[in-house]
Amino acid sequence: MSAEVVLQTERIGRRHEHLYFALRNPKVAIGLAIVLALLLLGLFGPFFLSDSPNEYVGPKSEAPSGEYWFGTTYFGQDVFTQFVHGLRSSYLVGTLGGGISFVIGLAVGFTAGYRGGMVDEVLNMITNVVLVLPALAVLIVISSYLEVRGVVSQAVIIGIFSWPWVARAVRAQTFTLANRDYVDLARLTGKRSWQIIVREIMPNMASYLLMSMILLFGGAILFAAMLDFIGLGPANAVSLGTMMQQSMAWSSLHLGMWWWFVPPGLAITLIVGALYITNVGLDEVFNPKLREM
Amino acid sequence: MLELKHVWKSYRIGALGSKRLTAVRDVSIDIAPGEVLSVVGESGSGKTTIGKMVLQLTSVTRGEILLDGEDVTAHGHAERKAYYRKVQGVFQDPFSSYNPIFKADRIFETVRESYFPGVKRAEWTARVEDVLQGVRLDPGSVLDKYPHQLSGGQLQRMLIARALLLDIKVLVADEIISMLDASTRIDVLNLLGELKERGLGVLFITHDLSLANYISERVVIMRHGAVVEAGATGKVFTDPRHPYSRNLLASVPQLHRKWSDGTAEPEALEPDGDRDVAPPPLTEVDEHHWVAAAP
Repeated sequence: MSAEVVLQTERIGRRHEHLYFALRNPKVAIGLAIVLALLLLGLFGPFFLSDSPNEYVGPKSEAPSGEYWFGTTYFGQDVFTQFVHGLRSSYLVGTLGGGISFVIGLAVGFTAGYRGGMVDEVLNMITNVVLVLPALAVLIVISSYLEVRGVVSQAVIIGIFSWPWVARAVRAQTFTLANRDYVDLARLTGKRSWQIIVREIMPNMASYLLMSMILLFGGAILFAAMLDFIGLGPANAVSLGTMMQQSMAWSSLHLGMWWWFVPPGLAITLIVGALYITNVGLDEVFNPKLREM
Repeated sequence: MLELKHVWKSYRIGALGSKRLTAVRDVSIDIAPGEVLSVVGESGSGKTTIGKMVLQLTSVTRGEILLDGEDVTAHGHAERKAYYRKVQGVFQDPFSSYNPIFKADRIFETVRESYFPGVKRAEWTARVEDVLQGVRLDPGSVLDKYPHQLSGGQLQRMLIARALLLDIKVLVADEIISMLDASTRIDVLNLLGELKERGLGVLFITHDLSLANYISERVVIMRHGAVVEAGATGKVFTDPRHPYSRNLLASVPQLHRKWSDGTAEPEALEPDGDRDVAPPPLTEVDEHHWVAAAP
């Protein structure tokens, strides 16, 4: 009887173990809740608000009130509308920029680590070159040369320059895993290289990949905010960074218009901070040694 | 059936492949159906490289490997896949041969995916249970388990069962029992004997002379990538002609001898020289007994 129970729980346990610990880990729960709440606001908020966040709708420099939740700007634009649209573009930059760098990083890392030899030497050289490029300087130069700066082009540029550390880590891991006998055994079963990478090697580093995805997402949002703040943000859309840049340009700090710059700044801090907390929590989930329970 | 003709292997090592390491030098061996051929040697003697070349996990630098008279070097994925239908391998570390995050019986499922996609689930399950019983495992106690829930001996036998799902002619067994404990060793070893009865050729790679003696008809002793002595097991082990073989045999611990009885002084051996020159040729000293000439 008892032996059977043990076997049963073990079977269920292993499959759902990570999910079980993830949902019970306060760091993961809080982090994900914040990220998801802001995501939902950014996704669905714009449907209930004006489509043009730059419209002059109300009195100038109005403090937050029942009508204008986050007040209005120096020119009488609604800060809440801008904030919600800004959230949306920040998430877009994060997803797209993080996604692009994730895909490039994985492709380069797996190819270099699995093929080895000359392929590895060349790919590793490229990775190192991109890694030591002063990314911010390059982004500034490229951004300032672009005719039309949009959210998407910004995300693509960020994605193209932030993959190297993922590629390096994936390459190193792949090197170790590719020498395991089960990889040879998969070859003896007539599997192709990409099948071996996807089905034998990748599942073994799933936790690492998930975490690097989260960090890339947060990194892209932060990078975009940085570009926006120095005036290289999207010219045709509102983002959290451009809101802060505008508020600084019209000296809201000196005029005491805190409602103009606090929401976007707080939102960026919250998103990136919550992602970081989620990441730390997931680390505990995947690494039982760090679990407190 | 399987034949290696003057096979060489050198690896490129160092930055941008600037240096070369010759691991296998001019090795010629052959395996007939229903025969176990042991390849014995110390670490770094090139015996594992030979297994890898036969399994086409690494390329042959010079020479050729023939299966039923045809060169086995696969061109393209389809040929390689067809080759693995006939030649399979089992490796040293049973725990590294299984992906730890999946169940152990996944190795059977991948074989089905690759080679028998048309076979129905029920029929396949019957076949798997059949081969498992063939290697004397109870299907109920090994299926649906993770590798860490099974013993090394069970895992190695499952790998042999996996190879038997395919209609193989040659099995490369690379140190397959060196990581098992003594009680399960003999079971796996006897299993190899049964495979021999079925007409399979087994390339048994080991560093343990007594195992080679137990299971194989013929033995090849390797040192520094080259063959130093080869022939019928009985002849090589009762009358070793090469000093290295004699040292190897003398170093096997025996039941009736203790360390305190004194150890025999090993004979002086030639040091590892230039590995790119051809090794001394083998001369037939007796019927079915070849020895490398002393330099």
